[in-house]
Amino acid sequence: MCRLAMKTAETPFSPYSILTSMEAMKEGYDGSGIGLLLRGIEFAEFKQGENDPILSGIAHTEEAWYRLMDIMEGKGFKIKYDHEYDIDPELFDPANRYKYLLRVYKLPKAWRDYDQKKIDLELMKTRLELREDGEAHGGDLTIFSFWPDVISIKEVGWPLDAGKVLRLDDDRIKARIVMAQGRQNTNYGINLYACHPFFIEGVASMTNGENTAFVPIKEWLIGTGFPGYSGYQSDSEVFAHILHYVTKKLDLPLEAYKHVITPLSTGELAKHPQGDFLKGLREVCRRFIIDGPNCVMASMPDETSMMVMDHKKMRPAAIGGKPGEWAMASEMCGLEAMIPDRDPIYDFQPMRDHTIIVPSHRKEYKIWSQFDPFPLPQVA
Amino acid sequence: MVSIRSIPTSPGSLTLADFPWIVEHREDRCTLCGKCTAVCPKDAIHLAYKRQRIPNTSLEKSKQNMGYKTVISIEQRTDIERRCIGCAMCSEVCPNTAIWPTLNTETNRDQFNRHVGGAAWTRGGRRNDRSSLLDQIIFKRISMLTDPALDAGRHEFQLNTLLGRVLAPDEYIKRTVNGEWIPPVREIFPFVIGSMSFGALSPNMWLGVLQGVAYCNEVLGIPVAMATGEGGCPPWVLKSPFLKYIILQIASGYFGWDEIIRAIPDMQCDPLAIEIKYGQGAKPGDGGLLMWHKVSSLIGRLRGVPGGVDLPSPPVHQTLYSIEESVMKMIQSMATAWGFKVPVYPKISASASSKAVLNNLVRNPYAAGLLIDGIDGGTGAAYNVSMQATGHPIASSLRECYLDIVKQGKQNEIPLFAAGGVGKNGNVAQNGMALMMLGASGVHIGKYVMQAAAGCLGNENNRCNVCNLGICPKGITSQNPKLYRRLDPDKVAQNVVDLFLNIRTEMKKIMAPLGRSQSLPIGMSDALGINDKAAADLLKITYVC
Repeated sequence: MCRLAMKTAETPFSPYSILTSMEAMKEGYDGSGIGLLLRGIEFAEFKQGENDPILSGIAHTEEAWYRLMDIMEGKGFKIKYDHEYDIDPELFDPANRYKYLLRVYKLPKAWRDYDQKKIDLELMKTRLELREDGEAHGGDLTIFSFWPDVISIKEVGWPLDAGKVLRLDDDRIKARIVMAQGRQNTNYGINLYACHPFFIEGVASMTNGENTAFVPIKEWLIGTGFPGYSGYQSDSEVFAHILHYVTKKLDLPLEAYKHVITPLSTGELAKHPQGDFLKGLREVCRRFIIDGPNCVMASMPDETSMMVMDHKKMRPAAIGGKPGEWAMASEMCGLEAMIPDRDPIYDFQPMRDHTIIVPSHRKEYKIWSQFDPFPLPQVA
Repeated sequence: MVSIRSIPTSPGSLTLADFPWIVEHREDRCTLCGKCTAVCPKDAIHLAYKRQRIPNTSLEKSKQNMGYKTVISIEQRTDIERRCIGCAMCSEVCPNTAIWPTLNTETNRDQFNRHVGGAAWTRGGRRNDRSSLLDQIIFKRISMLTDPALDAGRHEFQLNTLLGRVLAPDEYIKRTVNGEWIPPVREIFPFVIGSMSFGALSPNMWLGVLQGVAYCNEVLGIPVAMATGEGGCPPWVLKSPFLKYIILQIASGYFGWDEIIRAIPDMQCDPLAIEIKYGQGAKPGDGGLLMWHKVSSLIGRLRGVPGGVDLPSPPVHQTLYSIEESVMKMIQSMATAWGFKVPVYPKISASASSKAVLNNLVRNPYAAGLLIDGIDGGTGAAYNVSMQATGHPIASSLRECYLDIVKQGKQNEIPLFAAGGVGKNGNVAQNGMALMMLGASGVHIGKYVMQAAAGCLGNENNRCNVCNLGICPKGITSQNPKLYRRLDPDKVAQNVVDLFLNIRTEMKKIMAPLGRSQSLPIGMSDALGINDKAAADLLKITYVC
């Protein structure tokens, strides 16, 4: 079983602190890989514009690197900042790692008249195009995310070692949200794309546990025809895509996610104030029902964070912290490591019906139960 | 040339060894009570006088001689019309275990002599083919250490499925916001009691099954549905609260629909669904057939015909000449009859054209699903050649259809139901779950219910299979009160309940190791394996050995 750690704070912090905190839970992972997703970015050497997308990935060869630049230039992207990781040469194995990508771009002029939805879509399509280009060239280019205010780092190996190689402790990059997952997807096969957190149009999620309903869910997502619903090197990728579908395609609030992936039973819905609507939602989204055992942690473009459990609460998870600073982890020791001065009165372990939501103001977190009225008055 | 008469043979004469079932009889145990000959539905055995040789083996040579006496004994007949069907009712009633039929594994010469009077062989029952691809499918994707398997005995499982047109999620939200029509969807148990008509089944069988279904629904909370088949429904059922568990079938003969339409104003609830039968797996291209033996006065009244006449339904609906009409007119008409509150779906025979039908339904917003019936389905009456050799196995037909709608992203919108051979060798839950993982939302079971709930004697060795003649020795498919009163409806109901409890447990035992409990593993093809490379390739599942 892998371990999850996520911290959200008003004041940006080093992602390295999360990697060191992960060590507290190290008995739970096997050193096969690490995935980091940073949001609310603050570069020490660069003031990032609000709408400037950041490209994250790895150019495995020099050729791929030049191809990437050609493609981006061809599309009209202008480079604003190219972050060079201060790589530790003693720890670094250069084989197949020509350059870690962290490049901030300015949007093409041609996009000036696009509305936000169209820009989001085009950013995603650009990411997919780059990814496809890499795949067409023997996997020499890996692209994790391309989005304003989001950095993704994925690597094989022991999590802390990956952080040391990239010298993430140098405080050149800080973030208000860091999501970390401490294991490659060893259920299927080692592949950087299979590493959590998964990302699509600003929505990111990471999971532990196996998604046994993976194939039917994946088939339905692909069937929607939305180009971003692709990849699926990991069974957990669908959790991010379902969250995207619920919030972006259906425009439902975050709370609906829980009702979609682990709906209440017919008997429970009969007593629910919006049971009719939720029953219908369960039917139309039946293919998104997961079985777990899973804990899903996610973050949204507006810096809202969330955590939900599978229907049987078969995975441990906890939230804790203090106003302005909250951590979610697979284990209490993870919380302790991330926010040592947390106030234990806020510690909470969500149960099967709970969704934990930390709004972007971070003053407090919300424990929302599936049995509570659904916050969608206009339809319910 | 005049034939000689010294040897008593003719082209059609047969001996015991020519028949599929040979009655073994123990003279030493027989008390000549006559129960076996009385119960035999085919009059295949009778009490016969025999001459018995009694040699006197005295030591005195003058007293040694050969005596004879006349005895009464059981004799099996050797004419085609009265051949033993292996039902073993003789054995069931014998107080002394003195008689039983045995299967003759030799080539049965009787098969070459069934053209008496130029008629082709008709029968009821099943296809007579023990092979089952579904039996070969195993569930091999076990959550082993990667994650703990679930506990079939203690965890909560959601085992129900949906019948009805399910909207795309965005369409559902839009219609909810605008207060528009949302198609009716029923939550049912995925093993549905398939279409068996009130004429095909005896009143006691029907009553017993309905009682069992009602108990499952109302006491156990298992939402079992049953389909009527063509021929309507007893009026008291139409006006009862049990109608909500019943799928009413309309077929090409429209039998029983006068009664149904007339009862609509008095209905306490809507029927569960309407099934429009266009085809049947056991006899594709044939309409329903209720032979005159079974058209009693009650059946005649329900169907609006005189008693004692053959009731062959046409092979197609006479008002239709194209699939577009089927979906547009008929589905919409039936939906209109109940104010668009009842799901309406077609039933077709599995065939190479199943996909074409499905694609048409996908574009019809009123189609509530599709039931595909494979060649191994059963029937009350059909020509042997139809049952044996006409049709399409269900597994590949269903899979082809499912993968087609997956490509279109419509697999949640049109539920596919599969039928035909589910549980033919007794593995009902295994077969049904395999079909669900191939893409079915649920399965229909008919023969299995008759066998498991009412003790139907038929099997795939052509045992019994006389459902067409009204002589069912268990009283399951007869309209003769002398026969159907052998069947206790309460006991049938008990068995219906027990068999669904059993299916429910076995479903959990299949789903738990796969790590599935919150929804049926519909389309979870990665869980399946089969030790047949060609079948694995065709079904797009894993070959295992």
